[in-house]
Amino acid sequence: MSEARLPGEFSELEPFAATWCLPTERERFAQRMTRPMEEMQAFYDAFFPRAEEAIQYCDKFELDDMPDDAQRLLQLLYSLVMVSFPVEVWRQPHVPDSGAAYLDLLIEPIP
Amino acid sequence: MARIEKPPEGSWTAHYPELGTGPVSYEDSISPEIHELEREAIFKRSWLNVGRVEQLPRKGSYFTKELAVANTSIVVVRGMDGEVRAFHNICRHRGNKLVWTDFPGEETSGSCRQFVCKYHGWKYEVDGACSFVQQESEFFDLDKSDYGLIPVHCDVWSGFIFVNLEDEPRQSLRDFLGPMTTAIEGYPFHLQTERFSYRAVVHANWKLFIDAFQEFYHAPVLHARQSPVAALPEVQAAGFEALHYQLDGPHRLVTTTVGEGWRMPPEMLKPMETVTRSGLFGPWDAPDLGPDPLPAGVNPADRKHWGLDSFQVWPNFVILIWERGWYLTYHYWPTSHNAHVFEGNLYFVPPKTARERLAQEMAAVTFKEYALQDGNTLEATQTMLESRVVTAFPLNDQEILCRHLHKVAADWVDDYTRERVEVGAR
Repeated sequence: MSEARLPGEFSELEPFAATWCLPTERERFAQRMTRPMEEMQAFYDAFFPRAEEAIQYCDKFELDDMPDDAQRLLQLLYSLVMVSFPVEVWRQPHVPDSGAAYLDLLIEPIP
Repeated sequence: MARIEKPPEGSWTAHYPELGTGPVSYEDSISPEIHELEREAIFKRSWLNVGRVEQLPRKGSYFTKELAVANTSIVVVRGMDGEVRAFHNICRHRGNKLVWTDFPGEETSGSCRQFVCKYHGWKYEVDGACSFVQQESEFFDLDKSDYGLIPVHCDVWSGFIFVNLEDEPRQSLRDFLGPMTTAIEGYPFHLQTERFSYRAVVHANWKLFIDAFQEFYHAPVLHARQSPVAALPEVQAAGFEALHYQLDGPHRLVTTTVGEGWRMPPEMLKPMETVTRSGLFGPWDAPDLGPDPLPAGVNPADRKHWGLDSFQVWPNFVILIWERGWYLTYHYWPTSHNAHVFEGNLYFVPPKTARERLAQEMAAVTFKEYALQDGNTLEATQTMLESRVVTAFPLNDQEILCRHLHKVAADWVDDYTRERVEVGAR
């Protein structure tokens, strides 16, 4: 058993942590574009019902002084936002009719 | 039947009779010759926004800006006296690009006390003065004070840094911006420093992307599947009507409503919108922007239910102010007649909590979902315009700003061409 990445209350989400605790939008977008839908659906189904709870957990800390596990939970929430589009709307990883278009996010807030 | 009242002339377009109502040519978006004229007539004669003062937080902070459209690169820097200045990014010795990192064509930023040329080590103060010449005694009658960096006219309005590449700008920045845009002075841009900065190369003429974001006639159709609301047949059938359009010289404005997610039942929303209380139109819970009322230039027609103002600042700069207390900017930097660099920046009040931060993330991710659809459509438009199978295009009243943009571009090219003829005739 590898070391826990997430706060204990969210240990059931550990299987998704390695894939979805990603610090940048570039990584999260790339992951979303390459992962199969079933995998994103499973992540969404497991995490969405606990999203509000996760937000409340993260809100216990100052944004610029979060413990590592809480920060990873926040990153997991960012990834939930990212996969919500394929899962809730598109039923596919990429945006319909977006073809070869891309839009790189060069500067983003930390964390 | 219009749901929103139009000017007494019967249409927004007729309110500005100089626009006409006939079909519009898009030759200006596919002709390399017209593009070359636009570079001279428009981009070398306008005030161009290149960034914001927050990008220069300290004395010695700098950033470079590639202005391929004007055949130059500039460096914008805050001097030791606090002044923001701009210079052509060229060493006076043998023309090397002065400030760059690893890749000469890529923009860079940082902080320094002096600029040092990578080639022969000439040094320049951040106010542009040449301060050191390697082996100065080997030169012939060289006076360093004659070899400062070449300045570019630079001025700041509301924290936005503008440059003008003319030898002598024909208007001050304030006069150039005109009364409609300067009326938003005092809007608290300076409080909104949390930034998401996007960039893409788009294979379409710069004016086509401006067109895409200055009319919302396309929104219920192109983006129909983005939202359960937009996909409703009655929403599509109703189409789109803006609250207000306004023209001021070369500049344009559209004011419109937005989807007020905070008033909608959950079945009209994406589940993630409900959880994050956010979406395309930004976080639903507006931040505190201070006690002062917003300046009169925001929502200038004083419309109820205003959701956003999109200020289309000539030639290639957009400031979009949202009722929910955030703003974004767009820039369109031509690289050829059928390509440009698109930059989109989203600005929020720095979040105090993870919940606020997540709401901003939701807005930013949603923005990209839409922009990808917009960007891709442009390339489809560009290629078929270039076929010249069709050369005249009907624009409706909700596309008045597109009509105005192409007219202004043509007018500026005409003025430039006429001046050239007059100079030649003298």
